[in-house]
Amino acid sequence: MGFTAYLKSYALYGFYFYSALIVAIAIGYTITDQGERIDFGWLLEGISPYMYASIGIGLVVSLSVIGAATGIFTTGVSIVGGGVRTPRIKTKNLISVIFCEAVAIYGLIIAIILAGLIAEYPPIVNEETFQIFKQNLFSSYLMFGCGILVGLTNLFCGLSVGVVGSAAALADAADPSLFVRILIVEIFGSAIGLFGLIVGVLLVSKAKMGDTS
Amino acid sequence: MLDSLFNIDCGYLEGLVRGFRNGILRQTDYLNLVQCETLDDLKLHLQSTDYGNFLANEPSPLQVSVIDDKLREKLVIEFQHLRNHAVEPLATFMDYITYGYMIDNIVLLITGALHQRPISELMPKCHPLGTFDQIEAINVANTSVELYNAVLVDTPLAEFFGECVSEQDLDELNIEIIRNTLYKAYLESFYNYCKGLGGTTADVMCPILAFEADRRAFIITVNSFGTELTKEDRAKLYPTCGRLYPDGLAALARADDPENVKQVAEFYTEYRALFEGAGNNPGEKTLEDKFFEYEVKLNVNAFMQQFHCGVFYSYLRLKEQECRNVVWIAECIAQKHRAKIDNYIPIL
Repeated sequence: MGFTAYLKSYALYGFYFYSALIVAIAIGYTITDQGERIDFGWLLEGISPYMYASIGIGLVVSLSVIGAATGIFTTGVSIVGGGVRTPRIKTKNLISVIFCEAVAIYGLIIAIILAGLIAEYPPIVNEETFQIFKQNLFSSYLMFGCGILVGLTNLFCGLSVGVVGSAAALADAADPSLFVRILIVEIFGSAIGLFGLIVGVLLVSKAKMGDTS
Repeated sequence: MLDSLFNIDCGYLEGLVRGFRNGILRQTDYLNLVQCETLDDLKLHLQSTDYGNFLANEPSPLQVSVIDDKLREKLVIEFQHLRNHAVEPLATFMDYITYGYMIDNIVLLITGALHQRPISELMPKCHPLGTFDQIEAINVANTSVELYNAVLVDTPLAEFFGECVSEQDLDELNIEIIRNTLYKAYLESFYNYCKGLGGTTADVMCPILAFEADRRAFIITVNSFGTELTKEDRAKLYPTCGRLYPDGLAALARADDPENVKQVAEFYTEYRALFEGAGNNPGEKTLEDKFFEYEVKLNVNAFMQQFHCGVFYSYLRLKEQECRNVVWIAECIAQKHRAKIDNYIPIL
């Protein structure tokens, strides 16, 4: 108990200190008329398109799996616990686990689409290759955005389906007529993951990496 | 987001305890039970509930004490099963619940020793949830200092002793004061532990423990009228983790008769409702019954929230109330005095 409180206060004061340091550096640059040196645009454009694309793919799978895993352990444990005294709930409530798993599958689909899009582009030597580079940079932003988008929606979708599924199992154990009603709530929760998938697919339909324009 | 992390360690046990809770006797079961003519009828009706054949091996003229013991045994087995599977923080929480029973057992053994009863006669009367190693060594102590140094310093109750150890010999009044002082320290420690856990557990448990503290304050006051307990001593026994602290407790310390106690309760909405209509006339509910009803309501509401440790405490309390109800009905049946058989506290 004392250790986590110690850690929390360390993190809080560390955060204050480092953010104060960064603000001080920024003010220092500004007042010495070197404000243009703090160039976020240069930083973002300087990061390689490969990096954006790969991080996007990494985020989509990892965040989706975190959401699905949280959902599965939340609902699975309640199904098992409730099933000890009321064995009839075991089979019906596996639907909640399937909804959580679907969330991970959405992440997998997007990751496969994105991984199929990655291709190498030629180095910038003339105007044509510069246009190709701009196209690749654009595509990599789309892929990164799609990765964060689908990853985060799946994370929260999995979380919510898990909590509702757990409540559905325990309510089903008490009163069988409640299960179908709570399942409707769960379906709505699952739909938000689907929204993320649709928007993500729409986003990367314009992405094209590689060495043709 | 953090709520569902509770399920990692305690989700299975919560599902299990909710399964147990679904087996608590309902109003229809009680209606069947009050219509029984004999204790064997009662046993037959209990077979169709969650209790099943728990009385199957008992010899034929059933006695109420046997029913009481068997009901409690089933509850104790369930609680110990849950406790054996529990990890932190649930394990410490459930240990806190057992400290209350330990205090009762210690006082039982000391009182028995005072009246020269042999230890073998007293041990079966101890509550099984409150046993600890060396519990039988209690009867060798004559003063509270000996009691503390010899036996209790190794138990989890050591920190509740505080200042109540003294060189005086243990006698009737002292033992009650020791019991109430220990219980006050225990309740406040439990309250602070629940507050430290935070989240839903604190939201659920703190009102329940606050009510327990206030209820003890009221009952100590009402029971101390006409005894040798001075007002200052009485004020030291009130637990301070309830809603009556500090003004209500100060007013209770000055109270001289039950009317004053009722006036103190007027300032708190829930307690005013409990004191109204409570009395010892036939047809009115007694104050203790109203307290039990309110406690049952708080404990049933604990099950409305998920992902907290309070369900384990509430389940234990509700089952105990159910045991008291069944024993009350059994007594009325056994003594053929059915006038007050409907005075059980309905739970679900």
